[in-house]
Amino acid sequence: MQIDIRTDSVKPVRQTFANIARRLGADKPATRYQEAMYDLQPEANFHYRPLWQPEYELYDKRRTAVVMADWYALKDPRQFYYGTWVNTRARQQESMEKNLEFLEQRALLAALPEPTKELLATTLVVLRHTEWAANMNNAYVTAYGYGSAITEATMFHTMDRLALAQYLTRIGLLIGGKPAVAAARDAWLQDAAWQPVRHAVEDLMVCQDWFELFVAQNLVLDGLVYPLFYQKLDAQLALEHGPACALATDFMRVWHAETARWVDAVVKAAVQESPANAATISRFAFAWLDRFEPALAQVAQRLFGPDGGDVLAAVAAPLEKRLSGLGLSREGAAS
Amino acid sequence: MSDQLVFIALQTNEDTRAVIEAIETDNPHATVHRFPAMVKIDAPGRLEINRATIEDLIGRNWDMQELQLGLISLAGNIDETEDQLVLAWR
Repeated sequence: MQIDIRTDSVKPVRQTFANIARRLGADKPATRYQEAMYDLQPEANFHYRPLWQPEYELYDKRRTAVVMADWYALKDPRQFYYGTWVNTRARQQESMEKNLEFLEQRALLAALPEPTKELLATTLVVLRHTEWAANMNNAYVTAYGYGSAITEATMFHTMDRLALAQYLTRIGLLIGGKPAVAAARDAWLQDAAWQPVRHAVEDLMVCQDWFELFVAQNLVLDGLVYPLFYQKLDAQLALEHGPACALATDFMRVWHAETARWVDAVVKAAVQESPANAATISRFAFAWLDRFEPALAQVAQRLFGPDGGDVLAAVAAPLEKRLSGLGLSREGAAS
Repeated sequence: MSDQLVFIALQTNEDTRAVIEAIETDNPHATVHRFPAMVKIDAPGRLEINRATIEDLIGRNWDMQELQLGLISLAGNIDETEDQLVLAWR
């Protein structure tokens, strides 16, 4: 007897959800990201206005000066939905844990010279406070932003910032135990060098326009702080003390490179929407750049001594270039 | 170079979806046949797979070697670099 294996193909009646099919034009299979991102924003049947802001709806497009015809244009090029985000971060956490374990077992951070440890405690570890602010700010964007394309990604970003704050705390603990972390807190609260930064960051936390907050925190402030600490400072420490510190901050470097792609994509999409958006966002970006850059001057001086100003300029110049690459300009802001 | 068919056959899954889409974009002359659990793409003469196109679609870095994970079969002489895989008859 001969057995023939025959294949029957069953064509699915529909390839994806109706709302996705309407967006993608034809009924073709959608990616998980598309299915998990599009059209999740509640749009109708709000029974009450927010009591604290009766001029707005509960979810309202008017909470920012930026105007988009379709808020779902602010897509995440990393295509993070819960599954992909968790997988990516789980892998990174595993390697970060290995790094920290390596550092701890050999006491590489604890063995740094006393002045270096003190410097790190009053500069690098202090960033855990700015990370917490970034966590709060992105939670605000998530709460008041419009469209699940952006709020979904900012929620993941919110959690990322919490993780970054925790890693910085652990670096503090590896450097000098609880006293080092306490010293970082004191520096944030009292150290004169940090007060302009704290002032600027606290002003961010009361910023009402969520898109402005997104730009100020994730594009401008991060665009200065991350290269300053995780490239310039890492490089300087590596010259004197080897790569121990770079090992501890590896995640920050990789994370920033990855995240910058998303931030750029969001800002670029909003800028390309209209000249009015371009002007608004230019105003946001350059106003905060002019605020943050001088605010960081004293911290840069603490880190790099007399070269501080040059290093800060060397960090700000590429950021300005990045901004103009996104279609933002000082002239555009003025008009 | 001859116009004889080259083809690549890939499993149908979430990971090869972008690869197939990229091949369709980069090779307008190719024909895509969808079978149960397999997608076979025929093209007269030449077929190219570009890393950049796939990376644009999936939003992350993609290694040419990842192709192997979903690859069932192919026909043609292979010319592979880190950025591109070309199937053609020489």
